Amino acid sequence: MIPTTFGVLVLTFVLFHVVGGSPAEVVLGKNASSESLAAFDAHHGYDRPLLMGRWSRIRALGDTPRETLTRHPESGLLRLPLTYALPAGLYRVNAGRVLIGLRESATGTTDEALVDGPAPMTFAVREGWTAVTLDVEGVTASRVRLEKGNRGLFDSQFVHYLTSLARGDLGQSIEYRLPVAQVLREGVGPSLALTIPILIGGTVIAVMLALLCAAWRGSVTDRAVLILSTVLMSVNYVVWVLAGQFLLAFKMRLFPIWGFESAAYLVLPVLIGIVSGLGRDVRFYRAAILDEIFKPYVRTAQAKGLSGHRIMFRHVLRNSLIPIVTYVSLSVPFLFTGSLMLESFFGIPGLGSVSLNAIHSSDMAVVRAVVILGALLYQIVNMATDVCYAWLDPRVRLG
Amino acid sequence: MRRLWKRWDTRLCLIVILVYAAAALYGEVVYRAARLNDRTPTYNTVREQSRYVPPAFVRLAAVRSRPAGEPLYLLGSDNLGRDVLQRLVQGTRIAFHVGIITSLIAIPLGVLLGCLGGYFGGRVDSIVVWLCATVASMPGLLFILAIAMVVGQGLAGVYLGIGLTTWVSVCRNVRGEVIKHRHRAYVQAAEVLGYGHARIMFRHILPNVAHIILIAFSVRFPASVATEVFISFLGIGVQGEPSWGIMINNARLRLWQGVWWEMTFVTLAIFALVLAFNHVADELRDLLDPALRTEVV
Repeated sequence: MIPTTFGVLVLTFVLFHVVGGSPAEVVLGKNASSESLAAFDAHHGYDRPLLMGRWSRIRALGDTPRETLTRHPESGLLRLPLTYALPAGLYRVNAGRVLIGLRESATGTTDEALVDGPAPMTFAVREGWTAVTLDVEGVTASRVRLEKGNRGLFDSQFVHYLTSLARGDLGQSIEYRLPVAQVLREGVGPSLALTIPILIGGTVIAVMLALLCAAWRGSVTDRAVLILSTVLMSVNYVVWVLAGQFLLAFKMRLFPIWGFESAAYLVLPVLIGIVSGLGRDVRFYRAAILDEIFKPYVRTAQAKGLSGHRIMFRHVLRNSLIPIVTYVSLSVPFLFTGSLMLESFFGIPGLGSVSLNAIHSSDMAVVRAVVILGALLYQIVNMATDVCYAWLDPRVRLG
Repeated sequence: MRRLWKRWDTRLCLIVILVYAAAALYGEVVYRAARLNDRTPTYNTVREQSRYVPPAFVRLAAVRSRPAGEPLYLLGSDNLGRDVLQRLVQGTRIAFHVGIITSLIAIPLGVLLGCLGGYFGGRVDSIVVWLCATVASMPGLLFILAIAMVVGQGLAGVYLGIGLTTWVSVCRNVRGEVIKHRHRAYVQAAEVLGYGHARIMFRHILPNVAHIILIAFSVRFPASVATEVFISFLGIGVQGEPSWGIMINNARLRLWQGVWWEMTFVTLAIFALVLAFNHVADELRDLLDPALRTEVV
């Protein structure tokens, strides 16, 4: 479980921090000044290197075309287009000679400092001062690189990501302006209210139908249920939701259309949830039960003269519980993360609609948190399922 | 294949799939032609004067006396006077793109990893199993949406999202089958002859497990089409192109005002394609993989 958890964290990190591009640009928009982008980066720790390293790229040079650079009037050095004044810290330029124009923030006093030596040159801006101009020599304009020093080799985004997750800090939701953990906590309740009835109802109905099919295998009922479940499986989920809402709630006025006020509001979404999963479930359970029904112990039970009910429920069902439990356990993580469509269409403020909103508004922190939550739950459930096996089948030994 | 063709229900499903494929090809031609000539394609032509025209077969009298130049609107028109039938054909094109491209991502990835893991065993296998377990524990749809959101760029994000999350089952099946074949006599013979690992894996073992690829394709195709419909319905995938999901989303709002045709036909189009594919997938599995047979003997 630990390697997989690590894998999940790496995968989410790669997805949201490496592939996703700059979070600052996503949040602040494309037209934000590079000063505010840099401030955002510094505040959220995005100015650190991704994995490890002493130096990281900063935005201070902007994207002014390097061909238009001018020279310093007196020294003749190349003037770098700083888009904002560099705050205190350690910097590195890949040039041999750097003239730094400094200003003390409090008084406005200006000063100049010249560092000279083999490239790359490092220099530090003292606390209370900012660097307003940089003039360099010994580097072609198109090659110039300005980097910021980090506190340590491993003071990276990835390490920061892992440590803050370990502290239980999931970040701040931009959309809700709340800590993500709180958003998640508020969403879990409504999600569970929706998904638990769906899981229980769906499983019971599907297992019953599957038992019927298996008992009367090859009969007209069996074929009808099989065909019907293939048909049910092929109806798109979107269609279930829209048709249910339109026909049952709007046209026939059987249920409230939208909202989350009383249990009555949950009936229709639960029904839709059950029906939309029924086809696939029945087929799976039927196959699992049929795997058992031809085994010798069933014949023995028949020979003993046991009744059909007793054979089906006490012998066959009990033995086919392992695949059934595995199958059911797969959907347990989704109990918590909720149903994207049902929740957003019936106005249930659960995690499903929260994450859908977050995706629409690029609220990375929330999406990431729900993904991680789902993945971790999946692994916990997997472990719990193994324990269940041992209880269901004494031949399975743990450890 | 001949066994599939013999049963009338599978034959019907195969014909349905072929018709859809033809429609998708035709849609591709229309799309390319419009792109090439830099014209607005007919399926996107806006006609303000003929919004919400009902399907031709419910207004036979009006069809005969329609003003010159007005299209037939066999399946009606939508809120901008665009022909529903032509947009359905374009939706078919996108559905086939999704089904095929995501398979081209997921199946080679799954087959490669499955072969490597099953053949070499040991540490390689542990890495493959670890990768499978990691991706499998991601919460499916949400993870796809997150990939699509992060990658952006409309359909490309959707392809990647679906492709990169669904290779796991292919990989597991292939790996299991390769493990079964790993110590068979013909593999040992090939080893004795001094063939390289790659040659044994891909020339000797892979053809013997190829049926899994066929089954995987037939199972994945309808599933990824359904996922794409869902994603573009949510407005995350395709932009500006008539994907089925977008059509449903458009039609949804008019449904309440009694414009039933767009919704009905899109729904039917998706349903028929997915149903046909699901049925063929079942039959293929029964035929090629006796271990998974669901029919009672």
